[in-house]
Amino acid sequence: MRNKLKIFVPALVGAFMSIGPALAGPNGEVRSAPWQMWLQEPGSPTADRIVAFNAQLMVIETLIVIFVLGLMAYIAVRFNAKRNPVPSKTTHNTLLEVVWTIVPILILVGIAIPSLKHLYFADRTQEADMTLKITGNQWYWNYAYPDHGDFTFDSIIVADGDLKPGQPRLLTVDNKVVLPVETNIRLLMTSNDVIHNWALPSLSVKLDTVPGRINETWTRIHEKYVGKTIYGMCSELCGVNHGFMPIAIEAVSKEDFEKWVKEAQAKYASDEIKTDDKVRLAAAGATR
Amino acid sequence: MANAADAHHDDHAHDDHYPSFFSRWFCSTNHKDIGTVYLYLSMFAAIVGGGMSWYIRLELMEPGIQYIEDFQFYNVLLTAHGFLMVFFVVMPAMIGGFGNWFVPLMIGAPDMAFPRMNNISLWLTFAGLGMLLISAFVGAGVGTGWTVYPPLASSIYHPSAAVDFGILSLHLAGAASILGAINFIVTIFNMRAPGMTMHKMPLFVWSILVTAFLLLLALPVLAGALTMLLTDRNFGTHFFDPAGGGDPILWQHLFWFFGHPEVYIIILPGFGIISQIVSTFSKKPVFGYLGMAYAMAAIGVVGFVVWAHHMYAVGLDVDTRAYFTAATMVIAVPTGVKIFSWLATMWGGSIDFKTPMLYAFGFIFLFVVGGVTGVTLANSSADLVFHDTYFVVAHFHYVMAIAAIFAMFGAWYYWIGKMSGKQYSEAWGKVQFWLFFVGVNLLFFPQHFAGLAGMPRRIPDYPDAYAGWNYISSVGALITALGTVMFFVILFRTYASGAKAEQNPWGEGATTLEWHVPSPAPFHTFEDQPDMSGKAPAE
Repeated sequence: MRNKLKIFVPALVGAFMSIGPALAGPNGEVRSAPWQMWLQEPGSPTADRIVAFNAQLMVIETLIVIFVLGLMAYIAVRFNAKRNPVPSKTTHNTLLEVVWTIVPILILVGIAIPSLKHLYFADRTQEADMTLKITGNQWYWNYAYPDHGDFTFDSIIVADGDLKPGQPRLLTVDNKVVLPVETNIRLLMTSNDVIHNWALPSLSVKLDTVPGRINETWTRIHEKYVGKTIYGMCSELCGVNHGFMPIAIEAVSKEDFEKWVKEAQAKYASDEIKTDDKVRLAAAGATR
Repeated sequence: MANAADAHHDDHAHDDHYPSFFSRWFCSTNHKDIGTVYLYLSMFAAIVGGGMSWYIRLELMEPGIQYIEDFQFYNVLLTAHGFLMVFFVVMPAMIGGFGNWFVPLMIGAPDMAFPRMNNISLWLTFAGLGMLLISAFVGAGVGTGWTVYPPLASSIYHPSAAVDFGILSLHLAGAASILGAINFIVTIFNMRAPGMTMHKMPLFVWSILVTAFLLLLALPVLAGALTMLLTDRNFGTHFFDPAGGGDPILWQHLFWFFGHPEVYIIILPGFGIISQIVSTFSKKPVFGYLGMAYAMAAIGVVGFVVWAHHMYAVGLDVDTRAYFTAATMVIAVPTGVKIFSWLATMWGGSIDFKTPMLYAFGFIFLFVVGGVTGVTLANSSADLVFHDTYFVVAHFHYVMAIAAIFAMFGAWYYWIGKMSGKQYSEAWGKVQFWLFFVGVNLLFFPQHFAGLAGMPRRIPDYPDAYAGWNYISSVGALITALGTVMFFVILFRTYASGAKAEQNPWGEGATTLEWHVPSPAPFHTFEDQPDMSGKAPAE
């Protein structure tokens, strides 16, 4: 029995794990695939942990559901009125009641310990190599690079009619956020109007942009995503065009990132209001 | 107890002179008539709110925009669907409907403690429903989601009076529920038949008692928050506006301090109903009666200290999120006790799979599936990928929404003979169950996959990758709609041509007091209270 479990549980984990990577990444892009049943392929140290943790949770939960369904099926077959015309009168079994209280507690403690470790790991980075500032607006994102001359630009959805062949509908933006791989990136977020949420499933980043507050988290994109685009969508209801403010990150090597920074500084230099000012104004509520 | 109770209602016939139509249905102080009107209110709201969700699923059946070109209208639909289902379908049916009908009957009381207040509750609920329906036609409607988060709900982003109508609607429904809660608490504490101690009350009465306390403690907080939002919108205060030193996150704390107990308010009466049904059709008393009663009380207490698990993404301090992760997981323990106690009640039973029992079985299945995904969502770390995705939508529809609907359907089939004096058609009831069961699972199970793949909630159009699961989900919605229509056909057939219901159609398993009065229950019951002393717990 124990041997069987030893084989069965890892096999189940493997089955869950294999669904994701096998299906993710159409056209070399990091986004959902048709009929995908699992999380997107992890692209950061946090996501590695969360995807593995979720697989463990799903195994435990699937086993619980199978266990209860099995009991229900047995009850339906064994204790229906035809098969068992005389009901028993048992209404108490102290040992049983203690067991079904204690065992769930043990399972939950077993879940909570790794869960909290992942939570603290995902929260923020102590040593940031660079910072990206993200400002939510109805209905587009504004990005700023304070460590690289503080240039700033807006990132707006490309309408269905303007898409080039191969560009995904509802996910393509005019200006992608370009970020280097294998770099600890501090993410600072706020909003100019209502609450939005900057979410990237494959990086396990999901944080509200709240007017009057600056929220912080971090990410570090894996090397393997060089040259790929990572997609996400706004994840907090923010009004009429909530479904139409996607997030697109282009992951590049550190060298390419330095080159891009030079081009971007020139390209976006003409923007009149710096995001820094926007953030300050938003905090003061004056942008309205 | 049979003798004690049966002895009384032979002389009830002379009490059954019903008032005129207007007095009886509009000015009613009779707990049974008020319960009936609540059930009709709930059915009406279910048709409207269910129709909205069906229209949403029609739009989401394929990627691209098919029917709803105005995205604000889409947001209004999903908002109104949430409000209607929570405040005007489940709560009126569970608490106002079945609670009013069967709490006095089960404890052997002649009526509720405050019959006139009962009438006020009923009509305030109607007024609230009216306000909510009006709000959809004022300006651009309420497109904020049922959580009404400012600043989106503030006068800058929702300038018309629609949100104000929505706020007033919740105020009225909230006031109705607070009055109702006081009524139930007083009734249950003071009007039990002699000898029916707290530890002998049927579990449905326990569930309504716990629910009433949750209502009494949670709704005033909502009322305060709503009033603050109302003054923010109309009188220049800045409770939730950072420009004036306020904080939009304050609203979320206040809202979810109400909102999380609210989801237990929705499901707890369902627990009570399922306990009655499982015990009746297994022909066994409930296993671990005290554990069941105190599990509900524990869920109620712990339910008040887990609210911020709805807010993991707002930027709470990491220690705060760690606390709420741990606290939320605690909920799984008493809910596990309930599941296992239901299974143990059935174990060794002689189970008759009539329609209500099928619904109880279905309820347990839905609740377990939705419960385990709740364990995933309790983790603030896992929430980094699940927050605001369809995984959450699938979770709460399984564990709370559809489970509550199953409890309501089960309760209707279980008690319709007692309420109307007519019995439903068993064969059609079973067909309706299977149609509905297949429909809701096809509707909500694929949404787990869409959510895992990353599909956000509350969007009128989605990237093409999510088309497959959404198509299946919409087909499920169609089947669910057929099951719902079939329920109404069964309802009309029962009233029109149902067989006469016996006093106790379920046999030896049905031991609670409502089965000791005739079917339909007379206009006045238990004018002399039955003596319950020395009797076993009424399971």
